[in-house]
Amino acid sequence: MKQYFAHLKRSISELLGNDPIKPSKDEIAPDALKLHIVQRSDKERIKAIHAEMAEKHANPKMEKFRLKRWAVLIFVNLLFVVSYVLDIQILEGALPASRFIGFHMADLNSSMQVMLAFKHIVLNLVIGTVTLLIIWWFLGGRTFCSWLCPYHLLSEWAEILHLKLAKKKLARDNPFDRRARTWFWVIFVVLAFVSSYTVYETISPTGIVSRALIYGPGLALLWVALLLLVEIFYSRRAWCRYGCPIGLTYGIVGATSPLIVRYQLHSCFHEGECRKVCLVPHVLDTVIKGRARDEEVEIGADCTRCGRCVEICPTGSLEFKFKGLGKHL
Amino acid sequence: MNTRPKKRKPTARQRRQFLRTMFMGAGLLGASVLGFIPVIARWKERVRPPGALQEKKFLSACIKCGQCVQVCPVEAIKLADIDEGFGVGVPYLDTRAQACDFSCDGLQCVLACPTGALTHELNYSHETDMGVAVVVRENACLAVHGQGFKGQVRGPEYNGLLRYEEIDRWNPILVRDHPYDLEICDLCVRQCPIEQRADQCDAGTPPSGDPAQCPPQRAIRLVEIESDDGVTRMRPEILDGCVGCGVCEMICPVEPSVFIMDVTQSRGWTA
Repeated sequence: MKQYFAHLKRSISELLGNDPIKPSKDEIAPDALKLHIVQRSDKERIKAIHAEMAEKHANPKMEKFRLKRWAVLIFVNLLFVVSYVLDIQILEGALPASRFIGFHMADLNSSMQVMLAFKHIVLNLVIGTVTLLIIWWFLGGRTFCSWLCPYHLLSEWAEILHLKLAKKKLARDNPFDRRARTWFWVIFVVLAFVSSYTVYETISPTGIVSRALIYGPGLALLWVALLLLVEIFYSRRAWCRYGCPIGLTYGIVGATSPLIVRYQLHSCFHEGECRKVCLVPHVLDTVIKGRARDEEVEIGADCTRCGRCVEICPTGSLEFKFKGLGKHL
Repeated sequence: MNTRPKKRKPTARQRRQFLRTMFMGAGLLGASVLGFIPVIARWKERVRPPGALQEKKFLSACIKCGQCVQVCPVEAIKLADIDEGFGVGVPYLDTRAQACDFSCDGLQCVLACPTGALTHELNYSHETDMGVAVVVRENACLAVHGQGFKGQVRGPEYNGLLRYEEIDRWNPILVRDHPYDLEICDLCVRQCPIEQRADQCDAGTPPSGDPAQCPPQRAIRLVEIESDDGVTRMRPEILDGCVGCGVCEMICPVEPSVFIMDVTQSRGWTA
């Protein structure tokens, strides 16, 4: 239990933007420490790794799980569109608030902003918010980001472009300080409460893109385009990494979620493939040689459960786990 | 002795990252706070859907989901774009294009609103307060000139919808599919939803047995103008029962409309 709280504390600290702390030797479980030492000395193994990496980079594989995730994201967003356009009333509204076959749903961040600004809460909003709070806690919190947020998908496409440009030395990733997102979150909470306007919604690309899909495009998409341009030419995944307060809201909700990605030290070759594809590589700090505190480590709250690391890991050292079910998902 | 590690001087890389982050922060916050300008300057004074709270509270409470848009049978509700700042994604009506004719009877937009930005505290059309119709171009009014109206109101291209209870109680139809032939143009009075309901109530035939649905006050009437040339001339007069739904503005066959909706006299705009 004490260990779990220590883990949770680190997980939230990283979520808020602090750098992961390298564990000292006495913070690492004895069995894990043994593994660290063995893995370092196994020359054969290291050779095998290099051979495998060369092979993999020569023949990059299609990320099937990623495509499936995109399919889910597109399906849900299209369900909003067809529910309105064809008037089939399955999923009415837009991402900020909706009704799924009549049941109220309210996006946690939008709903929080409205409650702070309006300072008066109607029952329907409470029902919609609590429903989604429970659902997203079960599903992992930031799962919302990678599996539902339409901006996330655009941003992933922008990232593909960015990486191509970076390879040709036409663009460079300029990272920001990750603590910026926490500051935005706090400032937008204070602004909503003090000004009584839902200030953040004005620039929320999630809301803007969701509404544009359902109700038709508008000038607001120019703002989204600007964000994407920054991500393509200047800073990889900048909005989702350093800007979006929605991500932080869901991150907090998912901090204690049973659905996690779990890391297993014994099979890990420390190739670092997972960290290259990860939106939030700091959560995978533990996979770096000598960093894992235990043989098994739960990946932290900032993880969007996108599953790219799970899919890309050549040794199956990362996997989805639903705690309490025992079985792998 | 002090055992804490000395604070290292930030590297040039860290300094650049700090500056970059500050710059981004200022940019994002600046962009979001810019949204206050259209609101405070009242660039657009919008007709809001029935039941909308006082404007400032309405902007606070609206979650910008558009569920009201989806349920409206005459598709009168639109969502504002980012040029309305904090009002982005907030519903409004362009009443000349498509007014609210209350053809849903049950105020569907109010029922759909998940946050109470459209207050659930009203049930009937006459209880709404979207604005007040103002006669701004009386000289253009056909009735003032003693003229009638024949044909499709606003032409064959116009996509506006209205419910004509005598044709279909439940489904609005295209205005262009319902041509008129009027001795003297009285479209604004004839199509006014408040007037129609009041007439039904006076005739003892309200659509349901609920007496609360009957408007306590009339909304618009035509008043005869004294004339010495033997032509009957009438002018429209807005009455206290007007709720600002915009049907008179929409159905007025002259271009531009004789009416506009004044929202500043409603929902505590001026209070």
